[in-house]
Amino acid sequence: MRLHIDWTACDGRGVCTELLTEMLTEDDWGFPVLRNGDTVPPPLDGAARRAVDRCPMLALRLVT
Amino acid sequence: MTDALWYFARGSGVVSLLLLTVVVALGIGSRSGRPAFGLPRFAVSLLHRNAALLAIVFLVGHVLSLLFDPYAQLRLLDTVLPFAGHYRPVWQGLGTLGFDLLVALVGTSLLRHRLGARVWRTVHWLAYLCWPVALLHGLGTGTDNGTWWLWAISIACVVVVVAALAWRISPNFSRFPARADRAVAPRLRPHLEEVK
Ligand code: SF4
Repeated sequence: MRLHIDWTACDGRGVCTELLTEMLTEDDWGFPVLRNGDTVPPPLDGAARRAVDRCPMLALRLVT
Repeated sequence: MTDALWYFARGSGVVSLLLLTVVVALGIGSRSGRPAFGLPRFAVSLLHRNAALLAIVFLVGHVLSLLFDPYAQLRLLDTVLPFAGHYRPVWQGLGTLGFDLLVALVGTSLLRHRLGARVWRTVHWLAYLCWPVALLHGLGTGTDNGTWWLWAISIACVVVVVAALAWRISPNFSRFPARADRAVAPRLRPHLEEVK
């Protein structure tokens, strides 16, 4: 599973970086940056789904 | 037994109003780019959702108990069609209207990944109609209208929502994270303020 970030929709509100710190860090403007590629490691499945669910701009998607 | 239904209807109505007040305040807070109410952003968002779902549970209890209550004589139609009731139709109708609006709000939220952000957000503005309607419904109908404690609760709810709104329209409320200035050269900062 991979995490897709829609940059045109993202508002840099940082909900996803709080929920998925293992995969995402914030740049200086609060936008999420992938730490290590977009592949979601299986143990982070739940956290990734929660981040997708809580993104206020619906900018995150999981692609298989 | 019949009295119990009436008591339950009143209690669950008041609890719903309190929950909806929390939902509205948190909803306004989650619009902010910075953590609100001393909570992380995801916590504000989750509390907002969970309190709304809990409000729906209490509202369904509220409506069901009135449906079976022999005094209220609520018909099934009155739970969806506002202003058609027999008992104080206007005030009861406001309750029905609020309930319909809330169902629309929660329904579209649960389906927002299918509907898309624009439709969901547009429908979500109805929250600013739904909450006052619920408040008026509580003030205008039922056994408890006019009691000091219901007035106190209602006024407290208004204070909370008005305070949240005042914060939202105040100049230091920003949709964007407060961190932005950090990487901006001092000479560009005035322009950044304009962008916000
Ligand atoms: S939660 Fe959504 S809008 Fe916020 S930073 Fe992450 S992707 Fe962007």
